[in-house]
Amino acid sequence: MHKFSWLRLIRIGISVIILILTGMLFIVPANSMPSGFINTITWLQFAPSLLKFFIAAGLASAGFLLVIILTFLSGRIYCAGICPLGTIQDIFTWIHRRFFRAKPLKYAGATNYLRYTLLAFVLLSFFAGTTLLISLLDPYSNFGRIMSNLIRPLTFAGNNAISDILENFDLYLLAKSDYKGFFIMPFALSAAFLFVLGWLSWHRGRLFCNSVCPVGTVLGIISKVSYFRITLDRESCNSCGHCSSVCKAQCIDVKNREVDLSRCVACFNCLDVCPADGVSFKPVVLSKKIKPEAGSEGNAHRRKILKAVLLFSAFITSRALATRVTGGEKPTTIADTKKLVPSPPGSVSQDDFNRLCTSCHLCVSVCPTQVLQPSFLQYGLHGLMQPFMDNHSGFCNFECSLCGQVCPTGAIRPLSPERKKITQIGIARFIKENCVVYTDNTDCGACSEHCPTKAVNMILYKGKLTIPEIDDKICIGCGACEYACPTKPYRAIYVEGNEIHLIAEKPVEKELKPIETNQDFPF
Amino acid sequence: MKRREFIIQGVSAGLVAGAAGGIGNLVDFASASPVPEIWDLVAVRDGEPGIMFDRAIASLGGMSKYVKKGQKVVVKPNIGWDVPPERAGNTNPGLVARIIRHCLDAGASDVYVFDNTCDEWNLCYKNSGIEKAVKDAGGKIVPGNTEGYYQTVKIPRGRKLKEAKVHELILTSDVFINVPVLKHHSSASLSLAMKNLMGVVWDRGYWHRNDLHQCIADFVSWRKPTLNVIDGYRVMMRNGPRGVSTADVVTMKQMIVSADIVAADTAATKIFGSNPEDIRHIMIAGEMKLGITALDKLKINRIKI
Repeated sequence: MHKFSWLRLIRIGISVIILILTGMLFIVPANSMPSGFINTITWLQFAPSLLKFFIAAGLASAGFLLVIILTFLSGRIYCAGICPLGTIQDIFTWIHRRFFRAKPLKYAGATNYLRYTLLAFVLLSFFAGTTLLISLLDPYSNFGRIMSNLIRPLTFAGNNAISDILENFDLYLLAKSDYKGFFIMPFALSAAFLFVLGWLSWHRGRLFCNSVCPVGTVLGIISKVSYFRITLDRESCNSCGHCSSVCKAQCIDVKNREVDLSRCVACFNCLDVCPADGVSFKPVVLSKKIKPEAGSEGNAHRRKILKAVLLFSAFITSRALATRVTGGEKPTTIADTKKLVPSPPGSVSQDDFNRLCTSCHLCVSVCPTQVLQPSFLQYGLHGLMQPFMDNHSGFCNFECSLCGQVCPTGAIRPLSPERKKITQIGIARFIKENCVVYTDNTDCGACSEHCPTKAVNMILYKGKLTIPEIDDKICIGCGACEYACPTKPYRAIYVEGNEIHLIAEKPVEKELKPIETNQDFPF
Repeated sequence: MKRREFIIQGVSAGLVAGAAGGIGNLVDFASASPVPEIWDLVAVRDGEPGIMFDRAIASLGGMSKYVKKGQKVVVKPNIGWDVPPERAGNTNPGLVARIIRHCLDAGASDVYVFDNTCDEWNLCYKNSGIEKAVKDAGGKIVPGNTEGYYQTVKIPRGRKLKEAKVHELILTSDVFINVPVLKHHSSASLSLAMKNLMGVVWDRGYWHRNDLHQCIADFVSWRKPTLNVIDGYRVMMRNGPRGVSTADVVTMKQMIVSADIVAADTAATKIFGSNPEDIRHIMIAGEMKLGITALDKLKINRIKI
């Protein structure tokens, strides 16, 4: 047993716990978890927390600060155990090593051009008004999409299979649920990402974290000056390479007895294997030896680049890269095509939403009605995979504001129940020519039935027949009418999204005419 | 007041007021004693939901007339909406609980409760207060939220509705008690006992697209509930079936109980203040001879509490 073995064991323990807890958020019905619990678990996730800090600085969004402090203190602890995507990669690497006798990894040089360029692009594009690159590269968001789009359907299937078995015994303990709105593209993109990630970690350990992941790159810069660090003892080290062969980050250069701290993911595997006890995790010795080493010039250079990037981005208008692929065109037939899909209540406006959402799909996973679905190009390319209100899958429950309570980036802000009920995310539009009342001359009214504000009201049409009429002022765009409308393939009523969310008027509460207080029966 | 009505009321009231006024005793008494009249329909007013049902079922000869020992019962309230009881969008939870207890006292093996809700089902179950009421009363609350619970049945006498997917509990239960809440309805004018049966089928959209009123009546031709209990305690007078606020609700304290679903709906329509002739599905059902719309031809027990 080595002196530092316990560090590795703790790291494994923490990473597994966080992986399970975070994974759970995406597959366990949200009703069974208080939102405070969900927020606590996502609190430390770096990219969402940082984004949230931009719009609401405070304790609730300070998780990333703790991560930064931790990194200054002891390196990329986030990558070691907090990032669920890191743990997934470790599992792939471990399986390869344990069951398929992987060749030991060797030291490899850093892919600095790639990682710093990607980071620059991420920052640039973010300040230009799109989270697309963050969304595509952020490890937590990618993890979320894997859970939400790949694992969640499986849990639905498993749940329903068990439920079916119980039902045969007249036991209704476990409710079945339908997995609604299966969208092929978000599924395919998540699957493709998982495949690439799996392949990379199978062969090259944490290569993704050290050459692609923007969070890893940022924390890597900080961890160069971390207080505690992995150190090879120059006296006892005989360059045997044991440590290097278990290093997932391929960052231990045994020849020169140096560790690339910017890439070390603090997994502590190396501490456990040195036959000479020459690898240690200890405070940096602030002596001449380390301070003026090469690289400080490079750092200064890099700082300049970063500054330039930030300045440049200030000149780019917020919509420079925000091209709406689907925006603009007017429907020419009676198809119920939307110009704009509604974004979730609390997202303030489409632009705000597009600029802050990293598509982790936590809201998609917790939405009790499944009205929130991952988009493909509904928002345009810059909103790739960001959730939208899909009123063919469900409608927004009037009393519910769960998405805003769990959103880790602040893209969907929490709304009080009263506020939620007047937040207008879109307005219902009626296509009379599609309506059953118009085409068949029979009663329907499914839309009005479901309307929580009676913005869709049935008014006299022909004889006793009634037909819907919409009051834009009190409609909140929940989509209940669209969901309930029975006409096919195009609905007779649909919700057109608001580009900027508005406040609807409250329905007027008129006094009821006093009921005849006849003390007898009317028959 | 008619003499027999006086006697029944006197006897029941005495029992309710009595020290041993548990439901079990009431049921025993009602089933053991000779019932002076076979009522087609019982209308009760001015009491609390549970008490009104006690009185109504007692006058019909007790629950044991409908539920035999060891039978499986399904109770179908309206749990369509994610609204609290005072909004009157759903059946009164106290009434549902009381019906379950009567069934269990009569020896039912299991009493199941479900609805195919409109709003998100577990929020409806929870916030209507019905889930808790059912569990507390000893019943079993069952989901109806996915197609997997529904099986296709043929409706040979249906004119528009030839088949429907019906919840398996309706198919496997011996006794079916239909417990709608009386309320305004934007599609069907009023939501009544026949309308409440839309909550036991899966594809309601088909009904809406294919002459709603005819489909409502058609479904009754497939199977009539054993008993219908229309909850008119709190009544939503407008903006139905979901309602917008409690300003839509009037406390009427009424109840209709009948095995004849068409008669029950006709009587409830009058209580609401509407004309049954204006409710097309009632007229169609009457014409299809699914029940009686002429209330003057029925033996009606009118109870005031």
